[in-house]
Amino acid sequence: MSLQESVALAQSTLKEQPWRLFASQISVLVRTEVRRTLFTRRRIGFHLLAWIPVLFLLAHNIFDRHDIDPAQIENNTLVLAGIIQLYYFRLGIFFACMGVFTWLFRGEMVQRTLHYQFLVPVRKEVLVIGKFLAGAIISIALFETAVFACFCLTYSRFGSAGRSYVFDGPGLGQLGSYLLATALACLGYGAVFLTLSLLFKNPIIPGAMLLGWETIAPIFPSWAQRLSVTFYLKHLCPVNLPTDGPLAIFTIVAEPVSPFIAILGLLCLTLAILVLSCFLIHRLEVTYTAE
Amino acid sequence: MTPDSRQIVFDNVSKFYGEVLGVNKVNFSLEPGITSLVGPNGSGKTTLMNLLTGLIKPSHGAIYVLGLTSQQPIEFFRQVGYCTQFDSFPPGTNGYDFIYWPLRLHGFGRDQATKLTNEALERAGMAQVARRKVAGYSKGMRQRIRLAQAIAHHPSVLVLDEPLNGLDPMARAESIALFGAIAKQGMHVIISSHILEEVDRISDRVVLMSSGYVVAEGQIKEVRREVRDHPMQILVRCSNPAALASAAFELNHVVEAKILNDGQSVLVRTRDAGQFSLLLNKIVSSGLLEVDAVAPADDDVNSIYQYLIGSDGSPT
Repeated sequence: MSLQESVALAQSTLKEQPWRLFASQISVLVRTEVRRTLFTRRRIGFHLLAWIPVLFLLAHNIFDRHDIDPAQIENNTLVLAGIIQLYYFRLGIFFACMGVFTWLFRGEMVQRTLHYQFLVPVRKEVLVIGKFLAGAIISIALFETAVFACFCLTYSRFGSAGRSYVFDGPGLGQLGSYLLATALACLGYGAVFLTLSLLFKNPIIPGAMLLGWETIAPIFPSWAQRLSVTFYLKHLCPVNLPTDGPLAIFTIVAEPVSPFIAILGLLCLTLAILVLSCFLIHRLEVTYTAE
Repeated sequence: MTPDSRQIVFDNVSKFYGEVLGVNKVNFSLEPGITSLVGPNGSGKTTLMNLLTGLIKPSHGAIYVLGLTSQQPIEFFRQVGYCTQFDSFPPGTNGYDFIYWPLRLHGFGRDQATKLTNEALERAGMAQVARRKVAGYSKGMRQRIRLAQAIAHHPSVLVLDEPLNGLDPMARAESIALFGAIAKQGMHVIISSHILEEVDRISDRVVLMSSGYVVAEGQIKEVRREVRDHPMQILVRCSNPAALASAAFELNHVVEAKILNDGQSVLVRTRDAGQFSLLLNKIVSSGLLEVDAVAPADDDVNSIYQYLIGSDGSPT
């Protein structure tokens, strides 16, 4: 078959697909999954992971009001950068995505309800995409809100000086970068954990290995670093943390790349992992006794 | 076997869970009507149904449902409804949502999905309690709401795994009437049960299963005849196996008489164990040989038959 024939075949195959049906199925999957995941009691831990820094900053603002010096804005900007880069990107979002995305399929196996979704006229790939989007919406909504709340609490205590930093200075740009990086972190970690849940019955050990990999990736060659989510997130962070001391391994940027490349790279990595999930889902069988 | 657009075809299907046998070398095709899969617990009925509906994949062979396979999910699952034995539900769901949202995944619009949901709830007798949480349902109600979900999209093939479990006599009668009505519309209804009596009155055909194998298949009368005519194996340990084998061959109902390697035993396959016993008594009393032991060699298979269709083999 020539290249032209292959392209023509691919085009006709794509045209024949019921895209409207796929879209409506994805919409239904997202709606049911979001309702089921976001508002259940067993998701309290997941909410805590997002809101703990917010609660700390809130307590700091309420109880520590004597030291509000506009000169401290730069210092607080570094503290906010630390919270977002060291806590949210490396722990909070990581573990929340682990909980949300591994539960999308593995949880259904544990609850013995996966067969309901395997017995409807939905392509398995559509199921993966629908569930991934649901997980992404849940985690992005929660962590974007939390990061935004952290940002507001950090600068609101400085009054007009804080407002000036946000609206006339670099504040809004930093907020935009953090929100973008947060969304990308949720997508990247989400895709990884969704795939791990299709590969392993117990995702805790591979999750711990992934956490280790994300931590030590900076000491590996640059091609290997590109296989970690934090590699791309670092390049989107608007504030650089000090690179001295034991925390340097979390902050050092071995090979700088432009933000555009970082965004594109992380999206490509996410897409590649999702494609792998679409292959893996076909191997999944409903054998609850093995769970 | 070639796929037929009206038949359900199992083409040399085997399923192994690691080294554990699920079902082995299953070959049959089913026409529309009610088919009962009957066998004791662990005989492979659920495995066969899960294979049929694509929840698990065969290790060998292929399955065609109305010419489709589960690899074509959009077309396949519009034709197939499966009421599983898994007594589990999405957390927090109520009866109505349990049927409505899968219908939306089928691609039905809001109005159509609402209409089909209400219709299915009516048919299963669950309309009054549809808005209650499923977690508060009795076992029978949970069984019926699963049945309602399986029939809601008007499938052409309805697969029911032990559908009468947990139902009271009234609900059983209603369910059986519902299965009959569905089958009369030209649909396939496949029902599993470990009690043949429960389903044989409404079944057009029966598939008997044991230890992962299909041991008999066909119309209920044929299966009963097949079981009645099934040769029984008897192992006789005696002083003169050659003489016994020779005398056994004189009888019409003896299919096979084989002297085993130990040189002291004969394995006899007969369609009339009673007549063979009479012969054995006669030979022993004539002093031609001494018998050390007589034992049925396939007691398991026979006991399964007895368990499944009753000792006298007469229609109930």
